[in-house]
Amino acid sequence: MGVEGIGAKVLRKEDRRFITGRGRYVDDMSVPGMKYAAFVRSPHAHARITGIDTSAAESMPGVIGVLNGQQLQGDGIGNLICGWAVSSKDGTPMKMGAWPALASGTVRHVGQAVAIVVADTQAKARDAAEAVVVDYEELPVVTKAVDALKDGAPQLHPEAPGNLIFDWELGDKSATDEAFSRAAHVTRLHIHNNRLVPNPMEPRAALGVYDPAEDHYTCWTTSQNPHVARLVMSAFYNVAPEHKLRVIAPDVGGGFGSKIYIYPEEIVCLWASKRTGVPVKWTSDRSEAFLTDAHGRDHETEVELALDADNKILGLKVETIANLGAYMSLFSSSVPTYLYATLLSGQYDIPAIYANVKAVYTNTVPVDAYRGAGRPEATYVVERTMETAARELGISPAEFRRKNFIRSFPHQTPVIMAYDAGDFDATLNAGMQAADVAGFEARREEAKSRGKLRGLGMSCYIEACGIAPSKAVGSLGAGVGLWESAEVRVNPVGTIEILTGSHSHGQGHETTFSQLVAERFGLPVENVQVIHGDTDKVQFGMGTYGSRSGAVGMSAIHKALDKVEAKAKKIAAHVLEADEGDIVIENGEVKVAGTDKKLGWHEVCLGAYTGHNLPDGMEPGLKEGAFYDPTNFTFPAGCYICEVEVDPETGTTEIVQFVAADDFGRVINPMIVEGQVHGGLAQGIGQAILESTHYDDSGQLTTASYMDYAMPRAWDLPNFKVSTTETLCPGNPLGMKGCGEAGAIGSPPAVINAITDAIGNNELTMPATPEKVWKALNAVR
Amino acid sequence: MTDVTITVNGREMKGSVEDRTLLVQFLRENLGLTGTHVGCDTSQCGACVVHVDGKAVKSCTMLAVQASGSSVTTIEGLAEGQELHPVQAAFREHHGLQCGYCTPGMIMTAVDMINRHGASLDEETVREELDGNICRCTGYHNIVKAILSAAGASQAPAMAAE
Repeated sequence: MGVEGIGAKVLRKEDRRFITGRGRYVDDMSVPGMKYAAFVRSPHAHARITGIDTSAAESMPGVIGVLNGQQLQGDGIGNLICGWAVSSKDGTPMKMGAWPALASGTVRHVGQAVAIVVADTQAKARDAAEAVVVDYEELPVVTKAVDALKDGAPQLHPEAPGNLIFDWELGDKSATDEAFSRAAHVTRLHIHNNRLVPNPMEPRAALGVYDPAEDHYTCWTTSQNPHVARLVMSAFYNVAPEHKLRVIAPDVGGGFGSKIYIYPEEIVCLWASKRTGVPVKWTSDRSEAFLTDAHGRDHETEVELALDADNKILGLKVETIANLGAYMSLFSSSVPTYLYATLLSGQYDIPAIYANVKAVYTNTVPVDAYRGAGRPEATYVVERTMETAARELGISPAEFRRKNFIRSFPHQTPVIMAYDAGDFDATLNAGMQAADVAGFEARREEAKSRGKLRGLGMSCYIEACGIAPSKAVGSLGAGVGLWESAEVRVNPVGTIEILTGSHSHGQGHETTFSQLVAERFGLPVENVQVIHGDTDKVQFGMGTYGSRSGAVGMSAIHKALDKVEAKAKKIAAHVLEADEGDIVIENGEVKVAGTDKKLGWHEVCLGAYTGHNLPDGMEPGLKEGAFYDPTNFTFPAGCYICEVEVDPETGTTEIVQFVAADDFGRVINPMIVEGQVHGGLAQGIGQAILESTHYDDSGQLTTASYMDYAMPRAWDLPNFKVSTTETLCPGNPLGMKGCGEAGAIGSPPAVINAITDAIGNNELTMPATPEKVWKALNAVR
Repeated sequence: MTDVTITVNGREMKGSVEDRTLLVQFLRENLGLTGTHVGCDTSQCGACVVHVDGKAVKSCTMLAVQASGSSVTTIEGLAEGQELHPVQAAFREHHGLQCGYCTPGMIMTAVDMINRHGASLDEETVREELDGNICRCTGYHNIVKAILSAAGASQAPAMAAE
């Protein structure tokens, strides 16, 4: 592999700018004449706007303009859309309510943007936003999806009677019913999957610049997928023609899904720049982030698992109600459907599965993909149910899982997915060994002597990454293809630029993508520049989410490198008068195998550009592009084992050990992979024991700051024991599966299984706060 | 408007600011030192930590006028030319950062922590004293490791997959 090739722990190339304060995030950008925006936001969860008086604000010092929703509509700016069409089981299309970037008429959640103020400074803009007087006629409010479906519930959108967006199903209902009729044992569980706020540390920001001389727009934005942003802003929101719009996502400080979507603020900043004639920058504060960044999860589920007398699974039935908030965010419909129910088979051979999902509007922030997106919800359902069934039957949770593992591949599940490869025994064994499960009972006894309740819980997850085969997702309703593109530009001196449609917001692409070049040509990673996040530089690409940058993005780079390698070999064969098939490239040299004839890599590259001695008919230059469309999803899987100690006096849970044994296929850089797992685990553990998103009855988000929303801190988390096993993914040239989301997907059920084991009560909802744990413990004492 | 004079990274800087201007705003907007970040509005996240007269301070919680006459070190002033500060080097060596947004505040907090505890720093203390710095990417595992390493702590934490 070479010291910097595939599998090497290469320190990150991007780190130097971040550790010296030279990162360039959107809020760091400044352009001549730039002014600042503040949004006027609804204080009500549901209300009719009866009037907006901007006169006081407009007369304040430094105010350049105040713009509202009627003006936005008047200029033909389109409503926000959901880009994945999901139909109900009766065939009717999903019910998409109108979502203007600035409300006019009705507001449907606290924090919805009503007007924008542009002023000389941020402080003046905020002062003036306070002075905009909006008259509201309050309407009744509903925040819980279960309540929104009840007769007489407040109605949000005229397009969606009963607040029902769709009533969708997957799987064979009659086959599943038949399987249940043969059951020797049925395990039933109610599952609550708590609403989360993604909270990347960099708040969203946008800088819109309109240049009247060129009739051209530039938008700096905190995006995970700038090309998609450009497409959607031009084709659907009509802000600017695509060829006149440049979208730049520079350094982005974390995303976790929440920066996939195109939000009202970037649309409005661009539009306001044209309207006011000045560049307009908006930076979210944390309170706005809580009130406007798409939230995650928020499911209520009833699950039933049917087993035969030999404890083999016969069937699984799942009924889920998914809260999508006040409007349908860009990919919201796919999350509780095709990214959720398709993973309900878990690691198990389940002959019959039926899932029914109702998606519902409420007066809350829109819900969309957050790290894992549907797969954590599926894993939580499956792994809480497996653990519960094992406890009901009085058998070992590990052996119960093992008994039902899928062992032959490819495996077609009853819910669309065809698993291509895996070894679930290997990850379970690795996890149990690392966690010293055999020694647990002794540790439990020792803890008891200290007055502590020790518990052990596991979770064997599988997820689908490498999103996704374009034809397959197209047939399931996606509005876009999910391939990726790459371009490899070799400079005349032999250095290399990789232009990629993937976007790094913490994943370390500048390093791992360079490692592909080191592997291929034996060049140092320092000779490679990775360029991303600018629609003027990079050809169309689909961006980064769903753990796709490796399996899809790097596959595109791999394909482009194939073409570069082939051309370089042709040139070298011509110059060295050798057979093309005898040329090898290694350690920065292009050699004729078995001889001492060779050229330096830089000589071949220079030759490509001078054109002095190329094969007849060959075009000069050395630059190749590729588009890669995956043939299947990839299926990372693993075993997570959590050990906790609960203090029975206070209900406090301490995570004393957390083991993650993952199979991600081929690992490019183990240091970065471990880091991705650590971060995912922290978010999953956060969901399990800390993070609660709470609305009061009037629709106010009462957990809208770091004083109220419990972000995991260093003190809350243990050191993690992580390791990987490897079965290569047969579906892509590098054998990669993806590692970005696994930690957040696999960990919540492991934690809750451990706590419920410790306290001896299976009735416990996330987040398992000390109060809830104490009550659950005392309910059975 | 009030005139302020603050020595920033060894250079005396003057400015005229609205009284409500926060130190972090003065650094970012008046001086263009954008390495110091703002991650929240409740003094919880610590992305804005700088050193004021040698002590770690959340620059979102101090007015620029309060800092007048003080000496401030920001993340941009930590390295000696091309030579990284040992804490910066340790964060890179141990992959203690991902998106980089919390990193300047983490590093400035870590330097202060090491200044106060030296090599006696242990994992429990590091985790406790990181209470005012939030990271959403790393799960803190590698941040803790980097800080202990930079402190030259003899007591390295038990780490898997080394």
